[in-house]
Amino acid sequence: MKKSKFASLFLASTVILGTLAACGDTGGSSSGDGDTIKIGANLELSGPVASYGSSELEGIEMAIEEINADGGIDGKEIELTKVDNKSDAAEATNAAIKLTDQDEVVAIIGAATSGNTVAQVQVAGDSKTPLITPSGTSPTVTVAEDGSVNEYAFRTSFIDPFQGTVAANFAANELGVKTAAVYADNSSDYAKGLAASFIEDFEAAGGTIVAEESYVAKDTDFRSTLTRLQSADAEFIFIPGYYEEVGLIVKQARELGIDVPLMGADGWDSPTIVDLAGADALNNTYIINHYSAEDPDGKAKEFADKFEEKYGKLPNSFNALGYDTVYLLKDAIERAGEVDGEKIKDALASTDGLELVTGSYSVDENHHPVKSATILEFVDGVQVFNTKVNP
Amino acid sequence: MEIIQQILNGISVGSIYALIALGYTMVYGIIKLINFAHGDVFMLGAFIGFYAITQFQMNFFVALIFSMAITALIGVLIERIAYKRLRNATRIAALITAIGVSLLIEYGFIYIRGAQPEAYPDVFGRQSVSLFGATIDMKAVLILSVSVILMLLLQFIVHKTKTGKAMRAVSHDTEAAKLMGINVDNTISATFAIGSALAGAAGVIFGLYYTKIDPLMGVIPGLKAFVAAVLGGIGIIPGAMVGGLILGLVETFVSAIGFSLWRDAAAFIILILILIFRPSGIFGKNSREKV
Repeated sequence: MKKSKFASLFLASTVILGTLAACGDTGGSSSGDGDTIKIGANLELSGPVASYGSSELEGIEMAIEEINADGGIDGKEIELTKVDNKSDAAEATNAAIKLTDQDEVVAIIGAATSGNTVAQVQVAGDSKTPLITPSGTSPTVTVAEDGSVNEYAFRTSFIDPFQGTVAANFAANELGVKTAAVYADNSSDYAKGLAASFIEDFEAAGGTIVAEESYVAKDTDFRSTLTRLQSADAEFIFIPGYYEEVGLIVKQARELGIDVPLMGADGWDSPTIVDLAGADALNNTYIINHYSAEDPDGKAKEFADKFEEKYGKLPNSFNALGYDTVYLLKDAIERAGEVDGEKIKDALASTDGLELVTGSYSVDENHHPVKSATILEFVDGVQVFNTKVNP
Repeated sequence: MEIIQQILNGISVGSIYALIALGYTMVYGIIKLINFAHGDVFMLGAFIGFYAITQFQMNFFVALIFSMAITALIGVLIERIAYKRLRNATRIAALITAIGVSLLIEYGFIYIRGAQPEAYPDVFGRQSVSLFGATIDMKAVLILSVSVILMLLLQFIVHKTKTGKAMRAVSHDTEAAKLMGINVDNTISATFAIGSALAGAAGVIFGLYYTKIDPLMGVIPGLKAFVAAVLGGIGIIPGAMVGGLILGLVETFVSAIGFSLWRDAAAFIILILILIFRPSGIFGKNSREKV
């Protein structure tokens, strides 16, 4: 879920320089004067990843409705201004400028993808407006290239490498396997990051990595490498990658007689994987996700019920993350005691043990959440809640 | 038995390359044109088979023959519309046209149906037999048998029928064949029809074996088949079969010894080596250009 970072950063900086030169008086924090707290939503409501943004908006609107019906935050109602960034980094920057300059929002929620969030980071920092992405999982959203933390950027979801850690713990503790193989998409930083953290943590947990192989996106024939993996005799294979290739890998692995558990991360989460691999081949495979509508935990269940009542469908993880983002912000505003960008930012950075629908949420010094992840198992082509793994 | 399994994997990939390579080599043999649109005919064949099975509920073998018939027609149309009027043009003009036709088919098709991939229906389910410790997927057996049957059929057509005789004659000397009363235009069309039908069959088999098909799926197999045709000696029919199988085996073994990321590179390194050391291919005779 990464978009071209460099292009967006470049665009972001040029656009910002231009606007700041034109109106240098908006450097201060914007605040919600009067009886409302203005929050901006900068989301992908059209374009290629519109389904992410629209799902998050549903969650956000539902949360705001609840909070306002409950008396708002310290007696002030939340007023939401939503902008469509058209799934485009340059549009996301423009939208962020509009939200901070014209609408004077106190915080921005969005965007759904890492690239479109990175495009807003500088605007958020310059205007001292906290920016929270519900689902931007790339570490670069909150940590700049030079390793410094983007002070005003936060996220609700866990980060990519964390999923590798979760998979390692799940394999070692829940499945109790001693040997594992890794088969990663070598053309994706996301997959390579996951593979590296899986290997590190699986070995730390006392396991042995017996084979490490790679493929590249768009490959169709995995049989020769799978045959090699098969002869390494691993009890578990971790396959970080995206569903288009993973679907074929799972199918071909099963055809070759590889029956061990296979596991991947949120890149597997698409109905297409069931078409490609077949429901039968997907049995005994696991994926990591932010949230499951079947999570028996009280808070998650209550959310799922309320969501179904309002929208007539079961919530997906983007719905849940959008919903959680509003509550994360509410908690920070309450602790800040004042509707002020800088104070809210400090409060967000010190969030500790906040109970959300997608799990208990704390934040580390890099603004990376420390939270639990959900493990789902494919049973006859349907994702079934398996367990929740804490970091 | 890893080695047996790997040989089987290699032969399965190789026989798909061989089927596509046959079309390349036949067309080159007869009009000295590298038909870069051939990989896209392969793609169309996969989609025609897909729609025949899912929309028209055809049996797999009926769909295979249906797809071969339509792709044969497409091949003839491509030849009649795009290449025929360039028969006396420079070879580079024809080559560039072929690239143009290839792009037209790919992006025209994306324009019509979108670029999203499609999953082939699993018509045979998951059946496998164990042999010497190797797991043989029944689909691999099917691919092999269909490929072998088609190749035998091709040999029969080329060597035992009148059309085949005409094809060999035109390939040998177009002018002389014309003087002998052979209808050169029809013979060339027949060559395109047969080559394209083989590509269509390869497309359907590919879809069944690899599940995922998309409008750009023809690009890489097309290039690999081209390498296979050059490896065997372009213009020589048995060369294309052997070249395809060798290429499939080489690729598989590159992955099998742990260099999976080098697999595509290996195919093109073979192309470079063969062009440097034996440009006429394994089966080709070194012929001096007449001045």
